This record gives sequence, structure tokens and C-alpha cells, in this order.
Amino acid sequence: MSTWVFAEEVDGRPGESALELVTKAAGVGDVTVVYLGGDTPAGIGALGAYGARTVYHLTGGGDLPAASAAAALAGLLEREQPELVLFAQTYTSRDVAGRLAARIDRPVVSNAVDVGIGSGNAVTSEIFGGTQVVITEFTGPGPHLVLVRPKSFAAEECGGTVDRVEVVPLAGAGHAGSPRVVDKIVERAEGPQLSDAKVIVSGGRGLGSADAYVLIDEVAEPLGAATGATRAIVDAGWVPYAKQVGQTGKTVKPEVYLACGISGAMQHLVGMKDSKRIVAVNKDPEAPIFSVADLGIVGDLHKVLPKLTETLRARG
Amino acid sequence: MQVVVCVKQIPDPASPSSLDPATNRLVRPPEQVLDDTDRYGIEVGLQLGEKTGGSVTLVSMGPTGTMQGIRQALAMGADKAVIVDDDGLGGSDALTTAKVLAAAARREGFDVLVAGVESTDGYSGVVPQMVAELLDVPALTFARKVELEGQGLRIERQTAGGFDVVDADPPAVLAVTAGAVEPRYPTFRGIMAAKNKPVDRLTAADLGVGGNPGQEVVSVAPAPERQAGEVVEDEGTGHLRIVEFLEGAKVI
Repeated sequence: MSTWVFAEEVDGRPGESALELVTKAAGVGDVTVVYLGGDTPAGIGALGAYGARTVYHLTGGGDLPAASAAAALAGLLEREQPELVLFAQTYTSRDVAGRLAARIDRPVVSNAVDVGIGSGNAVTSEIFGGTQVVITEFTGPGPHLVLVRPKSFAAEECGGTVDRVEVVPLAGAGHAGSPRVVDKIVERAEGPQLSDAKVIVSGGRGLGSADAYVLIDEVAEPLGAATGATRAIVDAGWVPYAKQVGQTGKTVKPEVYLACGISGAMQHLVGMKDSKRIVAVNKDPEAPIFSVADLGIVGDLHKVLPKLTETLRARG
Repeated sequence: MQVVVCVKQIPDPASPSSLDPATNRLVRPPEQVLDDTDRYGIEVGLQLGEKTGGSVTLVSMGPTGTMQGIRQALAMGADKAVIVDDDGLGGSDALTTAKVLAAAARREGFDVLVAGVESTDGYSGVVPQMVAELLDVPALTFARKVELEGQGLRIERQTAGGFDVVDADPPAVLAVTAGAVEPRYPTFRGIMAAKNKPVDRLTAADLGVGGNPGQEVVSVAPAPERQAGEVVEDEGTGHLRIVEFLEGAKVI
């Protein structure tokens, strides 16, 4: 029995979070990937290198392929009857998994950090800011659909190759007035990304104002760090949602996470508590962030950060 | 434009949450509050309703309780509320929830159905997409900005590297991120008016939806705790401690 993984093409190759799932599944058995790619077979070799044996290549989905991808996937599942389909919890994969679940009337479990592949597919997730670990079992027939938080597993090549590729052209979604993309804006193509930066510098409400976020950018620059944010300051409109780390944002696991002006609400902790090392700067000595920090500086970030930037720059 | 906004009453996030040990379900006290992230969906819905001379109906599933959260949403300006309150729906998963919300929206009629991208308490993050599939309409998800463009909608859809500008015609489901708009605060007049706005209460049977989640929480256990490290007061040299730490971690 093969485990299925849904993967999206990102910048010409399979998205990293899908490769994490392929790696995990390949460690247990056979892997089949449903690959939402472009019209060229770019990235299929990479899927093989991480352990995929069979690839269904969905092509021609256009700019907003979720509805047609879900319909095509439903057809493949009906035909092949796999037990388990894993999705990375990214924007488009969430859309596909949600639509698919409704279409085939099967439940989906979200926020998984582990899955018992080959042993009942029990799903491990975390609630209450990561303080409680929950095991969820499927009680009905498959296919069982699971959305897995990025960074739950490491992506590692195993040197395999794909045996079989089947191209599946996607018909249009067919809805009257189907949505169309009229413009694509890249806000930050360059620079370190939250998903793979070794160091992340994040800011919270303690910054005091949107303008003060520049202090975060300045510390990040000489470190080659990615910049993150709490939900509070994303909600306040200080920085875009793409920077949000936490329960409703991204999960990150850098070597060092530098939390500045972040109190450590449950919402935020769940997204960063598995960082290898945590440094916190906060005025409030009682802030919960200090209970998970390896190094805590009780002080005013408006004083500490500029001096930190200066010292880091001086080091060259 | 007829607008339906999905909203949820949740346990106050400021108080500690707990699970019922017998059922492993979230304990929902009678005095639940409006999920803070729903205020963005409500604001988007109100603006669409106001600009098109339409109506705004709230649809919610869960225990009615004291209706504190629903009243708050009505006080912001919604015209009416439909609450699906049924003990049989306790512990529903995302798909069952979506079936209920979709059935309620179909019953009310809608041009645009607005929801937050995910709730604060359950955060499965797939309900709007499921609702869209069940209603066979497009889903405009992760919308960080919403505008009317002629008879249609124009949104900015969050992507990993920026955003896409997406146009669509109703009917459609719209899932908005927090920060998409600046939610209004209820006025005193709004709060008074909310007390007399119609609130329909329905059961799962009224909507013809059964509750069979197909998934079950079988265990809940405390996660391993991370050990706290050293906490020092900044006396002008805190930044040097951080540099030293970064050196130790070999990232500089």
C-alpha cells in the first residue's frame, strides 16, 4: 500500500514542505506523489530523489488550480484507493485538501506534527500553544487526509528515481465567473526566508509602533536572518501576514530565534518553541517568553537592538 | 448584495482553556466571546453590504450560551443571526462544521459568504474551502484586502512570496486574514439595536445535516516542557551577551 503525498511546484521544483512529507513516507514504504506542477516536468526528478516512485503530474491548472486539482485528485483516489494522503499545510495545499475532503466526504485532520503511517494513520498534533499533545484516530474508511505543519520532518534525499509518471490535465473548475489572477506581486523574492533561515529575528507589540520594526530589519541584516512577527502586530497591520510566526502563522525551527518585544503568548510559542535556541529581549521580567528562552535579556529593546546592530556591523 | 458572514463564539482566550476528560472536547462555558479574528470577516461583510445596499446575515454553529459573542457581532452592524445549536453537533470536525454552515448559508441565500481563514480555538483552517466546495462556488482564500470591482470582487490573495490580485464574480466564498480591514467598534446605538435584532435558532435536523465526524481524539497528554535558561537584566551590555550567545551557537 502506497502513501500519497500532494506536492506543489514552487519556483520550478517541489515545495520544501512537500519534500519533508515524501521523505517521511519513503522511510515507511512506497510513495506516490500527486504533483501540481507547471506544464513541463520540472521537479519530477527531485521528487524521485526524495523517494517518490510514482508521480501523477497535474498540469494546466492555471493560476488558481485548487478547485480543479481537488476534482482531479478525487478521481485518482477513487481509481487507486490509497489509504492515506498527506498535504503540507501551505496556502494552496490547504485549499486543495479542504475542497477534496468535502468532495469525497472524508474528514481531514489539520496541524499534524506526526502521522503513524502504516500503523493506523493516527495523527499527532499540539493544542493550547503546544502544551498538550493530542492523538487523533480516523474512525471511518480511507482515504485519510492529513494536513501536516511544515518543518515537522526533515527533507532528505535518498537517491531514488521515479518509475512511472502519469500526466493528468486539469480541466477548468467550471464555476461561472471563475476567479482569475490579474496581477502577481512579489514582495520579497530575495533575502532569507522564515522557512530556511538559520537565524530569525522577530518583533512583537513591545516595538511600540510599526516604524520601530526597522530595528528588527537592522539586526537581521548583518546576521543574514529572516524576520518574523507575532500575530498582534500582523493584526495591527504593521507587517504582512507572511511574516507571522505562530499557531495561525508559520512554524519555524531555526538555529537561533531572537524574540524582541514578544511576551510569549501561547499563539506565538507554538510556532517557535522548537527552535534550537531562543533568545528573548523584553522589558517585563514576568513575560512567559523567558520561560522558554535559553538567554533572556530583561531590558528595553529600543536600547538593546540598536547597540546589537552596531556591534554586529562592526564585526563585518 | 446578500452577504453571509460565518462567526464563532469561543471560550475567552484570556482564560485558560481545558478539555472535558470524558470526551476530550473543549469545555465551552456559557459566556463565550466572539472569536477576535471574526471581526475582520464581519467588517468586510458590512462594507460589502453597505456599498451595495445589501444585507448581512451572521451564521454560527455552537452552543448559544449567553450570546455575548453573537450580540457583539450584531452590534457591529449585522442585520440578523442564525445559530445552529445542537448537542448532537458537539465535537464536530471541520467537515461537519462546513456542512452545517453551508446548509445554513444555502437556506438564507447569499451572493458572498465571508469567513476568517481559521478560528482561534480549532484552527483547522479548511472550513471556508469545504463550504465553497459544498456550495459549488469559487473560494477566494487568504484575502488580505477586499474591494468591489464593478459587479464583482477584487482581492489580494496572500502567497508565500507576496500576493496575487484576484478578480471573481459572485457567488463566492471569501476567507479573509486578520488585518484585511480595520474592524469597527460597536457604537452605543449599535449595542442597543443588537438587542432587538432577529436571532434564529436551528438544529442539525432543521438543516438535514448529520454529525458523524469520522475522527476521534484518543489521547491528550502534556507536552515535554522546554527548560528555561539564564535571564539577565540589561545594564547597558545586554547586546554583548547576545553577541556572545550567537558566537556560541556558531551562527556568526
